[in-house]
Formats: sequence, structure tokens, C-alpha cells
Amino acid sequence: MNLDLILGILQIVLIATTPLVFAGIGELVTEKSGVLNLGVEGMMLVGAVSAFIILVITGSYFLAFFVSILSGIIMSGLFAFLVLFLMSNQIATGLALTIFGIGLSSMLGKQYIGTPIDGLSPWFFVIFSFLIVFLVSYFFYKTKAGLILRAVGESHNSAHALGYSVIKIRFLSILFGGSMCALAGSYISICYAPMWQEGMTAGRGWIALALVVFATWKPERVLIGAYIFGGVTILQMNLQALGLRFPGQFFSMAPYVATIIVLVLISSNKLRIKLSAPASLTIPFYRGR
Amino acid sequence: MNSLFPSIVSRSQSSGLMNFFVPIISIVLTLITGSIIFVILGFDPVYALYTFFISPISSTYGISELFVKATPLALIAIGLSYCFKNNIYNIGAEGQLTMGAIFGGGIGILFHDTNAFWLLPLMIFVGAIGGALWGLIPAILKTKFNTNEILTSLMLVYVALFILDYLVVGPWKDPFGYSFPKSRPFSESGRMPLLFDGLRVHFGLIITLFLIFVSWFIFSKTIFGFQLKVSGYSPKAARYAGFNQTTLVFFAFAICGAFAGIAGLAEVSGPIGLLYRDISPNYGFTAIIVAFLGRLHPIGIIFASLVIALTYLGAEDAQLFLQIPSAVGFIFQGLVLFYLLGAELLINYKLTYKKLL
Repeated sequence: MNLDLILGILQIVLIATTPLVFAGIGELVTEKSGVLNLGVEGMMLVGAVSAFIILVITGSYFLAFFVSILSGIIMSGLFAFLVLFLMSNQIATGLALTIFGIGLSSMLGKQYIGTPIDGLSPWFFVIFSFLIVFLVSYFFYKTKAGLILRAVGESHNSAHALGYSVIKIRFLSILFGGSMCALAGSYISICYAPMWQEGMTAGRGWIALALVVFATWKPERVLIGAYIFGGVTILQMNLQALGLRFPGQFFSMAPYVATIIVLVLISSNKLRIKLSAPASLTIPFYRGR
Repeated sequence: MNSLFPSIVSRSQSSGLMNFFVPIISIVLTLITGSIIFVILGFDPVYALYTFFISPISSTYGISELFVKATPLALIAIGLSYCFKNNIYNIGAEGQLTMGAIFGGGIGILFHDTNAFWLLPLMIFVGAIGGALWGLIPAILKTKFNTNEILTSLMLVYVALFILDYLVVGPWKDPFGYSFPKSRPFSESGRMPLLFDGLRVHFGLIITLFLIFVSWFIFSKTIFGFQLKVSGYSPKAARYAGFNQTTLVFFAFAICGAFAGIAGLAEVSGPIGLLYRDISPNYGFTAIIVAFLGRLHPIGIIFASLVIALTYLGAEDAQLFLQIPSAVGFIFQGLVLFYLLGAELLINYKLTYKKLL
């Protein structure tokens, strides 16, 4: 094996893993504030399609990413309104967001399937993905605002009693999560693919959700987890391309099976999950009268 | 003088009346939003809504198609209610459906030149086993390894779809199929009998109604149903009462998987007649909406399955006559669930206007 090949594989892994990092870190911030948003896949798809359409229409990369992130904010804002103000079940609402996002993205993108675009170089985003993880980590553990956000996720009643606005903090965390998911989606449709296809995120949103559990809600570990999954994905693609006498479908399963195995390994330590998960996760906050 | 905005006050007891009205409110709101969407897209809303919701069922054939689509939705949704009643979030019914189709369909392919009365019952039985086994994986992982069932059951959907894909392009490919990715057709006795000549509505509907009746009996007349309900409302109370949560999780997943498996088998041995890649237009996921819209109640699920089945038919007609992509059906499904979840507030809380003066 020569150096070029190793560097080449490393490059591909970096490029393929970046969307997982974005979606994973976004969801992590949302969950740290005590809200589980299962709509990651839906927000990624809407983010991907809106960036693609805007790029085709205007030709501006900046506008494409801008509108995409706006779409993530709108989608997650809808979710936030339902779970925070109407106190709806977070799990069901997240599922609704994903189903809605799948429908909305395939409807909007129908006429753009197969439209060619000039892809954007991914390297800015690859670097940005590392940066954002460290920024989030710094925010959580070195700033007062980060401490408050974590407190809201651990015990919303205590945080409320101390005078912090639980709803406002959760709202902002959900919006951050949504914009990161949309960014992940637009990265896929503009840098990684670059094209639009129905359901093109192929379950990455769900893998991002699994990453947060894998990371035991610690930002830096999202990176480690994402690169394990990214590595497995690229490895199976390369093995498949080698044309081994083994059916390709079994390689394609690998990332999903790996996700299950890793989840089992991490969660089987009940105490660790109990200690690291935000204590108020999925519990709605009702202020009473 | 009253304040402009209502404030939300918790009810001492959840409102039974609202429990009934919330699904209706959400359907009405979805229709209103739908007409706004149609206006934005530049269609006459009355004509568009007519095309979407009335014209698909204005013929006998259309009504039969409505039941064809509602059959798997209702069957999976009633299975899901065993899980959801106990706050177990099995969202992998699509995978369990696929496994049922693979297991039962495998029997159909094995006996593709056999015509015997026992073939279809055997296929249904094996299909149920396949779905149940696939459902038991997340159950085992949840109870033995504390692993979140939402993520594992969903990941298993992708795995099941790849297994089906492997089988229909590989070992189970029809040797006379001109290399299309599909299996041999099942024999005549491996097909669901049609209920009426010339219509596609099939025996699966009878199976579904029967299993819904059985489930109604289980939910309202047996200890098991009571245990499910109690551990859903209050896990603590269930623990004090000594209900075995592990057993409940296993049963809920196994029953749900078996029902989804039967639904999958009913699809491939009913309208389809063989195995190929796209056996289900997301029935397993859409059934989640049906279960919630039907408020996990057998009768409610029957009505909800018909409403959601109509969004499938309407989407097909909308694509045909209005050139709107059929994905608009999924938008309606997502919207109805949003409104439902939002309006659920009215069940446990009431809106009051505080007196300012």
C-alpha cells in the first residue's frame, strides 16, 4: 500500500463523515437542553433540497446555504412550537417532522432530479465541522451560558426556580440543532453528491441520533463516533468495489449493523447511560399557574 | 376584561370528549392547510380537494382500492398500539413487514408449483413468525442490553430491505424473469383470495378485521391488556403491582412484529403475487400516524386507516390529473400528525382567559 492510496482513502473518509458531524453535534446541543428531536432525517432532507433548488435558480452558493439553514430553522421552529408551547410528545412530534420532511423534500425536488450542478469544494466544511465541535465543547464547559443550557437539560424545574427561561433556552437549542441538520443536508446535496435525489440522506439522520448516544452526550466524542461510522461506510464501499465474491447488499448493511452493535455496547452499561443522559430528556416543561 | 391570549391550565382528568374530537379537529385543519397549499401551487382549491379526496373513491373500484391500502395500514397500526400503549417506541414496522414478506413469500416461492389448501395458511403463519422474530431483536436488545428501541428498530428496517434486495436479485430471482429483480410468481393457492370478482380487495381485509377484534378483546377484557395500559400510564404503579416489564416488552414487540409480518405477506400474496424490491410504499411508517390518529383504539384505527389510505389514493390522482408529485400525500400525512399532536393539548389541558380586572 502506498502513501497516495492511504491519503486518498483518508480524504474520502473526511469528506463522507462531515455531514454526520454536523447533524450529530446539532442534535447533541438540542438533547443537552432536554429535548429529543427525532426529526433529524427530515430536516436534513429539506435542507438538502432547498440548498439545491436555490443553487440551481440563483447560482449563488452563499444564498443556497443561507436558505438551507433558514429552512432548518423553520422546520425545527415548527417542532419547537409543538413540543415547547403545546407540550406535545417529543418522540411522536419528531417522527412527524421526519415524515413531513421526506414528503416536502421529494415534492419540492421532483423537477430537479438529475439537474447537473457544479459541486462546491468540501474542505471549508470539513474544517468547519471540527471547529464547531470544539466551539460547542468550549461553550458547554467554559461559559456560563453553556452551564445554564446544561442545567436546563438536567433539571428544568431547578433552572426555572433560579430564574432562567427554560422555554427560551430550549427554543434556541432546538433551532441550533435544526440549522446544523440543514447544513449537513446542504453539504450532502452540494458538496458531497453533488446532486438531488429523493431520500438521498439514506438514514444518516438516524445514525446522527445514534452518534449522540454513542458519544454519551459529550461533544468531542461525536467526532470519534462519526469517524468510526464514516470509516465503516467507506470501507464497505471500497470492499464492494473490489468485487469480492460476497453480495454487495451485505456490505451496504454494514453501517446500520455497526450502529446497532455500537449502541448495544455503549448502552449495556446502564449506569453510564443514566449518568450521562440529560436527566430531563423528553420530559415536557409545564410551568403550572 | 379578559386577557387577549389564553393561558394553559392542566385538567384534573383528561377529557374524553376531546379525545374523540382531537382527531377530527386535526383532519379539518389539515384540509384547510391543504387547500392553502393548493392555492399557492396555483390550483382551484375546490377542484384540487375534489381530485384528492372525493374522486378517488367515487367508483366501486376506487372504494375497493381504498380498502386494499387501508388493510396493511390498519393491521400494522393495531400491532403498533400494543407497543405504543406501553410507551415502547417500535418505529421499525416497515422492517418487520419486509421480513414477514420474505419469510412467508419464501414459502410461496418454495412451493411455486404446488396447489394445495394448506399453502396460504402456512405462508401467513411463517410470515407472522418472520415479522415477530425481526421484532424480537429490538426487544431483546432493549431488555437485556438497555438499548434504545427507537434506533435499533429503525436500523433493522434498512437491514431487512437490503436482505430483500439481495434475495430478489440473487438466489430467489425468477429464472424466467429476463433478469428483472423479482422472484417467481406464487402459485394460485399461494394468493390471497379476492373478495369480489374484478376488484383487488382481498382476504387480508378479513384477517385484519379479525385481528382488530381480537385486539379489542385483549385491550379491554384481559389482564394483559390492563397491564399494558397501566405500565404505559405509570411505570411506577406497574412495578409496584409486580407486572413483569420484560415480558410485556417481549409480547408487545412479538405481536406487533407478527401483525406487520402478516401485513407484508398479505401484500405480496395479495395485490403483488411475488417478491420484488418495492413491496411497500412506507406502510410501516405511515401506520405510526394511523395508530396515533386512531388514538390506539381499535375502532379509531379502522377509521384512521381509511382516512390515511385516502391520502395515498388522492396523491396518485393528484399526480395524474394535477401533475402534483405524489409525495404531496406524505405532506398531508405529516400535517395531520402535527395537528393531532398539537391539538392533544386540549385533552390534558384547557385554555382559559384570565381575568385582568
